[in-house]
Amino acid sequence: MGVRDRTAEVGRGPSTPITHPAVQRAGAAPRRVRRSYRRGDLITAALCLAPALLVIGLFVVYPLVATGLLSLTSWDGISPDRPFVGLDNYGKLMADPAFRNSMVVTVLYGLGVSVLSVITGVGAAALLNSAFRGRAVYRTAFFLPVVTSSIAAAAVWRYLFDVSGPVNSALEQVGLGETNWLGDPHLALVSLTLLTVWKQLGLNTVLYLTAMQALPAQVYEAAALDGAGPWQRMRHITLPLLAPMTFFVVVQALVVTFQSFDLVYQLTAGGPMGGTEVVGFLVYRTAFVTGQFGYGATIAYAGFALVFALTWIQWRLGGKDQT
Amino acid sequence: MSRPYAAARALGRHLLLLGLSVLIVAPFAWMITTSLKSFDKVHQPPYLVPEQFEWSNYPQALAAAPFAGYYLNSVVMAAGIVAGHLLLDTLAAYALARLRFPGRNAIFLGLVATMLVPTFLTVLPAFDLVIRFGWFNSYAALIVPRLADVFGIVVIRGYLLSLPMELDEAARIDGANRMQILFRILLPLSKPALVSVAVFSFLFAWNDFLWPLLVTSDDQYRTIQLGLAAFTSKYGPYPHYLMAGTVIAAVPAIAIFMYLQRSLVRGLAATAVKE
Repeated sequence: MGVRDRTAEVGRGPSTPITHPAVQRAGAAPRRVRRSYRRGDLITAALCLAPALLVIGLFVVYPLVATGLLSLTSWDGISPDRPFVGLDNYGKLMADPAFRNSMVVTVLYGLGVSVLSVITGVGAAALLNSAFRGRAVYRTAFFLPVVTSSIAAAAVWRYLFDVSGPVNSALEQVGLGETNWLGDPHLALVSLTLLTVWKQLGLNTVLYLTAMQALPAQVYEAAALDGAGPWQRMRHITLPLLAPMTFFVVVQALVVTFQSFDLVYQLTAGGPMGGTEVVGFLVYRTAFVTGQFGYGATIAYAGFALVFALTWIQWRLGGKDQT
Repeated sequence: MSRPYAAARALGRHLLLLGLSVLIVAPFAWMITTSLKSFDKVHQPPYLVPEQFEWSNYPQALAAAPFAGYYLNSVVMAAGIVAGHLLLDTLAAYALARLRFPGRNAIFLGLVATMLVPTFLTVLPAFDLVIRFGWFNSYAALIVPRLADVFGIVVIRGYLLSLPMELDEAARIDGANRMQILFRILLPLSKPALVSVAVFSFLFAWNDFLWPLLVTSDDQYRTIQLGLAAFTSKYGPYPHYLMAGTVIAAVPAIAIFMYLQRSLVRGLAATAVKE
């Protein structure tokens, strides 16, 4: 390989600028003229890419398509035959109260987590965005929940928010009554939302910090000269300039909530009465607990399409004037 | 700005940060101290630091479930996944960053697009494949499907792109072949990227739950997070044991994070900015 490569390099040293007219023209019409590929590059690239593409192709790309096919069957996940039922599963879906419930839960959860993630992320980053002593300590503290496993984190929250747990006994001490955090369907979703925000806060803080540190200092100096106070600078300069990162944080929050399984499994197991049964958990329960593999695939396909559509509409309607 | 005003702002900032930190860290504090309380103290009016430490909760929790086996399985799985990512992701990233071939950008964009695919759209057929390969209850099921990941490819590719092409060309003139260029010249310069991929892969593997839950049923292959989940449903009424088990499951990831946090957070921020 080495010999062939060097012959290809003849006439052009490693640092010689490219002066051939064909190459220069490439700037104007990039697709028309291009250097031919080196054979060694092609072979090496194929060999280097093959293992990763095989794994990702087999366990991500193929399954993505196969889930669609599976959604047209009533397969139970075990037996050899996979009865084709056409769109029956999708019809069944429309009338399924469990599915409708999971849609509502997922959208509420996604909205709650994204709104709170933006607020807490911006707030924490704004507090951390200047050089002062102890900054690294705070950042570490904020990041701890991110690296803790969901199962461990939810185990602790389940204990803390138990009816007879420390949170309630603390509330009783200050004269507030007993709250059934995890026993009431609505409160359980609130608890799950808070847990998720708590777990993601460090990540969002770091993301916003990175964005804030890239903001132009001159704009702030000019604004300060014009007499804008810290709050006005935040409201009229920082927040608008952070819009791209806010978009990223919201997408991140939505992805996290769509994927959410571990936290739900450990905190509430989807209960009480489906109060926290997000779509991912319903897919799991349908396919692996009740053995409806085909129908589980249908829920996955339709559910994610619907949640994405709903969130997108919500984003277009409500999110425009915020940024 | 007058000095008293600046001092007041600094104080306000610290008070707010302190309050927020207390809220964020409180669950960890309760986890640790509850794991050291005796059973008759866990349900009393809330207090943080126990009067006396029940260290025996730990050996008792360890004896109540096969934590050593869970731990070993998690270590094997995490080691396999980290090694796989470091090798497969690096090779793919090298091809995408340093070699010229048709469809290079299309392949990269296709890979990045797969990052957006929610787990639940792929997990059923992936599980089906594992069954058909006869991998149910095996390390192969835990490791092989996750030997490569796009996150690692993106990070390493980004880093390789930042190294000057002259390195490759000079080495080529000295007679090095492509693998020698990658392993002897480029990778030693890419340590920050490799470390951050290794750490993220470890955290992912150590904390992973759904996939191991689906592809194993036997304690012989179950990982620490599965063990903790089972332990939780079994020892729910005994918070002191439960929290001891939770500490046991959570500690390695937290320890690695504390040890390598600087490079970790920086690598993360760099990738996010690029995206």
